[in-house]
Amino acid sequence: MSEQQSGPKVKKFMFVNRKAPYGTIYALESLEVVLITATFDQDVSLVFVDDGVYELVKGQQTKDIGIKNFSPSYRALDGYDVEKLYVDKQSLEQRGLTESDLLVPVEVLDAKAMGELMAEQDVILSF
Amino acid sequence: MKFGLLVSEGPYTHQATDTAYQFAMAAIAKGHEIQRVFFYHDGVNNATRLTEPPQDDRHIVNRWSAMAAEHKVDLVVCVAAALRRGIKDEVLAPGFRISGLGQLVDSGIKADRLVTFGD
Repeated sequence: MSEQQSGPKVKKFMFVNRKAPYGTIYALESLEVVLITATFDQDVSLVFVDDGVYELVKGQQTKDIGIKNFSPSYRALDGYDVEKLYVDKQSLEQRGLTESDLLVPVEVLDAKAMGELMAEQDVILSF
Repeated sequence: MKFGLLVSEGPYTHQATDTAYQFAMAAIAKGHEIQRVFFYHDGVNNATRLTEPPQDDRHIVNRWSAMAAEHKVDLVVCVAAALRRGIKDEVLAPGFRISGLGQLVDSGIKADRLVTFGD
């Protein structure tokens, strides 16, 4: 990236979500970083791979485990101009899921396309 | 080169903290700049001065404090993650400060590389 450019720097930030939404705090605290990053007017995208795809599954019910269901927050992302959500095709298939099981619109990519997208980023944060 | 570091695992439980420290010291020794170390998730537990490891073990918290004092490294603890885990100003070790996640994003923007230490 050029040092000479004027005005605020816009970098490509990618958040890679790899963990199930409950069981560990990574998914929730990842979402908190995403929301903050969006307020910095950066180019933000989210990737969901491995058990991270479960973060987007519709109909999450957490009452019985005593933990807040934070999945509605993913629906609020477009209000923060975070509209680039990518899901790994193989991760979905391995878990018997399809796009229609997810609570937000996403783009499903194979591993090669995902890798190319990652190579374009300035900052990748993996949770 | 200007590095930002993210430490996202707790001290002693996980290697991430040690590796981050060793990376930072090695980078400084080579003349690079550590723009900031940001502590998130259980990484916030690196910042408490209540830490008392056995005498024959490394003192991870004091080691960070010494780095901050000697090399002017900015050690920032995420406020939301810290409060969840009982880390407050009154237990902070020297050299650490509590601030928002914006400091992590700022690192991503200003540093040439943001390097994550965690799972």
